[in-house]
Amino acid sequence: MGRIAGPLDDVAGDAGHIGHPPRMGFFTDTSVCIGCKACEVACKEWNAIPEDGLTFTGMSYDNTQGLGADTWRHVAFIEQRKPLGLQDPGVEHGSYDAYDGVDVLGMASEAAARGGDGDRGELRWLMASDVCKHCTHAACLDVCPTGSLFRTEYGTVVVQEDICNGCGYCVPACPYGVIDQREDDGRVWKCTMCYDRISDGREPACAKACPTDSIQYGPLDELRERAAARVEQLHDAGVDDARLYGDDPGDGVGGDGAFFLLLDEPEAYGLPPDPVVTTRDLPSMWRHAGVAALTLLGGMAAAYAAGRRR
Amino acid sequence: MSEAEVTREGSLGQRPGREASPGSEGGRRRRRGGRRGERAMVPDAEFRSYYGRPIIKAPTWAATDIAGYLFLGGLAGASSVLAFGAEVTGRPALARAAKAGALGAISLSTAALIHDLGRPERFVNMLRVAKPTSPMSMGSWILVAYGPAAGLAAVTDATGLFRRIGRAATGWTALTGPAVVSYTSVLIADTAVPAWHEAYRELPFVFAGSGAAAAAGLGLVAAPVRETAPARGAAVFGAVLDVAATRLLERRLGPIAEPYRTGRGGRLMRAAQALTVAGAAGAAVFAGRSRAAAALCGGALLAGSACTRFGIFEAGRASAEDPRYTVMVQRGRREPSG
Repeated sequence: MGRIAGPLDDVAGDAGHIGHPPRMGFFTDTSVCIGCKACEVACKEWNAIPEDGLTFTGMSYDNTQGLGADTWRHVAFIEQRKPLGLQDPGVEHGSYDAYDGVDVLGMASEAAARGGDGDRGELRWLMASDVCKHCTHAACLDVCPTGSLFRTEYGTVVVQEDICNGCGYCVPACPYGVIDQREDDGRVWKCTMCYDRISDGREPACAKACPTDSIQYGPLDELRERAAARVEQLHDAGVDDARLYGDDPGDGVGGDGAFFLLLDEPEAYGLPPDPVVTTRDLPSMWRHAGVAALTLLGGMAAAYAAGRRR
Repeated sequence: MSEAEVTREGSLGQRPGREASPGSEGGRRRRRGGRRGERAMVPDAEFRSYYGRPIIKAPTWAATDIAGYLFLGGLAGASSVLAFGAEVTGRPALARAAKAGALGAISLSTAALIHDLGRPERFVNMLRVAKPTSPMSMGSWILVAYGPAAGLAAVTDATGLFRRIGRAATGWTALTGPAVVSYTSVLIADTAVPAWHEAYRELPFVFAGSGAAAAAGLGLVAAPVRETAPARGAAVFGAVLDVAATRLLERRLGPIAEPYRTGRGGRLMRAAQALTVAGAAGAAVFAGRSRAAAALCGGALLAGSACTRFGIFEAGRASAEDPRYTVMVQRGRREPSG
């Protein structure tokens, strides 16, 4: 067993791989995501993931809702009354009146009721393609009792479907809420970073399909350098909100194999602000359980000692 | 999709691709009047979350299976300790009841565990590896070490055959039983579920107390009054440990303990406390006098222990389903003032 927390340089080596390729990862730059959902579609197609319900959620353009057993890429849509850097949000239509012929008076009274004062254009629309983080210290892998979840030579985390018995322990263990059980199947499923494709020297389906290079695949070291430069570029361009998420090997999960450039706090995207691999505290948990077990033995012994006197 | 035109002066109309700065194409913002532009579909939420959706996934476990297992496992393990004590102190009826109870409870709980699997036919995969980082793997091996011995202890006692082997098996279950009781707290604490993980220091003691109270309850129900003095003591010990550890848990977790006080989890926890305290107090005062009173108190203790486990299970589920708790724990950790 390897280390259970803290920075770890050679994650595949720590898992026992010898002479392995460099750690591969995703850098998802949400600042250039256009919300086309090509990643979602490509992922479903390539991995033959079943359909998981066609619902209308009312959550902007997001009817996928979140990652799960049958959604390994999920594009989040966030609408905010906030300008993006120095940007004109591009939702004003110039001389063309999009509301020509619409009940303007009715809408105006509605706007007045909401205190509308002409700042309606101060809108930004954030899109972000979420995916399994392939943590350096992956809780799902740590707690898997069958060894079905394993660390590949690329440093990614993959479920072996012929071994998984559907105990479901990985589901609440994941600090990102990624992995889930497929109901009619019983087993758990998640992103494999297209283990089959990358083993053949190809990039994962989502990265291949992404038209804006919002999803970038490559050796994690390179991606981290590129991401740092990109954040600097955006800060220079006045996009002060830009920040990296999951890039820090010193964080609670030892850094993510799939990290992000976000334009708002992580929780706005449905991401945990400071995730920690639950097994970091496991040694302490076992110690507490050991003391509790001894307390039980002691208490029962005391009950017999007291019972003898009666 | 942009089309660059390649000329002698270089490429014209080339787009910046992934180097694009958001907003650089639209020009500076202007003041505008009238009602143009697209409308935001969703008003800003005050609490920052993604449409209020949970950040982590709640356990897929069924309450009857897994909370039931937490209860039955605790009952079995603590009953084995009670049985061993009864055997060495010459209380055969209490020993027999506790051994039978332990075997019944551990059999039922194993069945519940297998039933909860998505692929029950693959349950043997649990014994494919031994992983110290997986409490479920460790628990499977603990059950392997404990279960057959519990069966041996109960069957040899009931049949009167192989008494020495039975005695050894009883001793072995008394040693491994407490592990069965307390490991289940690690099982649920070793998750990202805020109400469980944050409580990992107190949960083992809640489980130990709750298990002792349940075993005492079974003893009071099933054994004659003249042999149940230790069970009455165990009831008081278990109830005090259970209630004290739960109090401590709620105090230390503060707002994270809210799911233990509100909703379904809160109702179950309140019922658990009332039943456990009443059962233990009744056991201490009345159960030594009448068999009926003992059975009543025993029933209350068993029900209280079950309510504790179901309450903890529900509290955990509620804390996973509300992103507030996940953010609270993590923001609190990163920014001590917040």
